[in-house]
Amino acid sequence: MRVATVGTLVGLPVALLAAYALARWRFPGKIIVDGFLHLPLVLPPVVTGYFLLLTFGRQGFLGKEIYDLFGITFAFRWTGAALACGVMGFPLMLRAIRLSFEAIDRRLEKAAGTLGANPYWTFFLVTLPLALPGILVGVILCFAKALGEFGATITFVSNIPGETQTIPSAIYTFTQVPGGESQALRLSLISIAIAMVALIVSEVLNRRIQKRIAVFE
Amino acid sequence: MKGLKPLLSVRTLQKRPDFTLDVAFESDSALTALFGPSGSGKSTILNMIAGILRPDSGRIVVAGNVLTDTDARIFIPPHKRRVGFVFQDAQLFPHLTVQQNIKFGQWFNRGEKHALPLDAIVDVLGIGALLKRRPATLSGGERHRVALARALLSSPHILLMDEPLAALDDARRSEIMGLIERVRDEFSVPIVYVTHRVDEVRRLASRVVRINAGHVVAVGDTTEVLSP
Repeated sequence: MRVATVGTLVGLPVALLAAYALARWRFPGKIIVDGFLHLPLVLPPVVTGYFLLLTFGRQGFLGKEIYDLFGITFAFRWTGAALACGVMGFPLMLRAIRLSFEAIDRRLEKAAGTLGANPYWTFFLVTLPLALPGILVGVILCFAKALGEFGATITFVSNIPGETQTIPSAIYTFTQVPGGESQALRLSLISIAIAMVALIVSEVLNRRIQKRIAVFE
Repeated sequence: MKGLKPLLSVRTLQKRPDFTLDVAFESDSALTALFGPSGSGKSTILNMIAGILRPDSGRIVVAGNVLTDTDARIFIPPHKRRVGFVFQDAQLFPHLTVQQNIKFGQWFNRGEKHALPLDAIVDVLGIGALLKRRPATLSGGERHRVALARALLSSPHILLMDEPLAALDDARRSEIMGLIERVRDEFSVPIVYVTHRVDEVRRLASRVVRINAGHVVAVGDTTEVLSP
């Protein structure tokens, strides 16, 4: 839970910025950036985890810098699990947020400009509130994905109870020991419940956005 | 604002592969109509006055303030121009109530000493009963009245209206035209009004800039320009 929450919350501002950039700006190499950000969605999770290990591990070029600067280690710690979950859930969040930015009528932003709102105010008073349902959908999807993340997490930070163990890796552990079936089943049911709630909430929010888009016509 | 003449001076040149806009005109009128067929460049001129579009070259002066001057490299961004813009389809903020919508511009210009009075505007435009409602629940005519109130409450130096009646039926058009006349006469904000309908020009404007295919065909008092 903590792992998924931190992973999602840390990823959110990055996703907001990236989504805004992809929805609004034109820049060279946009397709490549877009593709790169969506890679975790299509790559085998183990590959993503392995590359995280290479870059953010103790000896990895980013991992070393961050340890020197902030004293945060990722490898085999819960922070690493959060990072892995965040990276894996990121594309889902990015997609939802980007779509909601693209759905906003840009003339509303121009209207805000003629009323005296500078671009920052316009973003916070007009763009962001209108994109809010999409942002929430993105956060929920990312959170659900992060809760279920297995491959990248286990590759990057292993499966240490109380530190880097997530629900799926705990289920996996229980199925590997004799007599663990009931525990595994219990966790699986919890997992299904969380996923269902997340999907229902995101669907309800999605319908609200549809209604809002209809208003623009 | 008085004594600064002319009130509005526009000279812009914009070249595109399929269209050239090259216009120059001045006006001191309370309501200047930019009159011409669809696609003649009227709305483009209005967007340039508002700073939403940037001309390739030109100079735009409103009430003594230079808003655009490509030679002097001046381009004031839209939010500092003090222009009120009434869009063809109102463009109210759907996530805000009517009251929040009309106070949006007022809040950003709250330092204004000669701010137009909210109560009087709400009263003249007859939107007092709508204040708690959301734009989605308003009719077309109501939306236009709210959009007009919102633009006025930002205390603009000039009010720009882009075919504000195009989406309305005849009864609503006549009603809103009456309101525009009252706004013109009671709040002393000069108006630039884009339209392709001759009846609107005749009823509202004292000065007409007639535009065709990106060029000014005639400038003058309404009676002169409209007589054949």
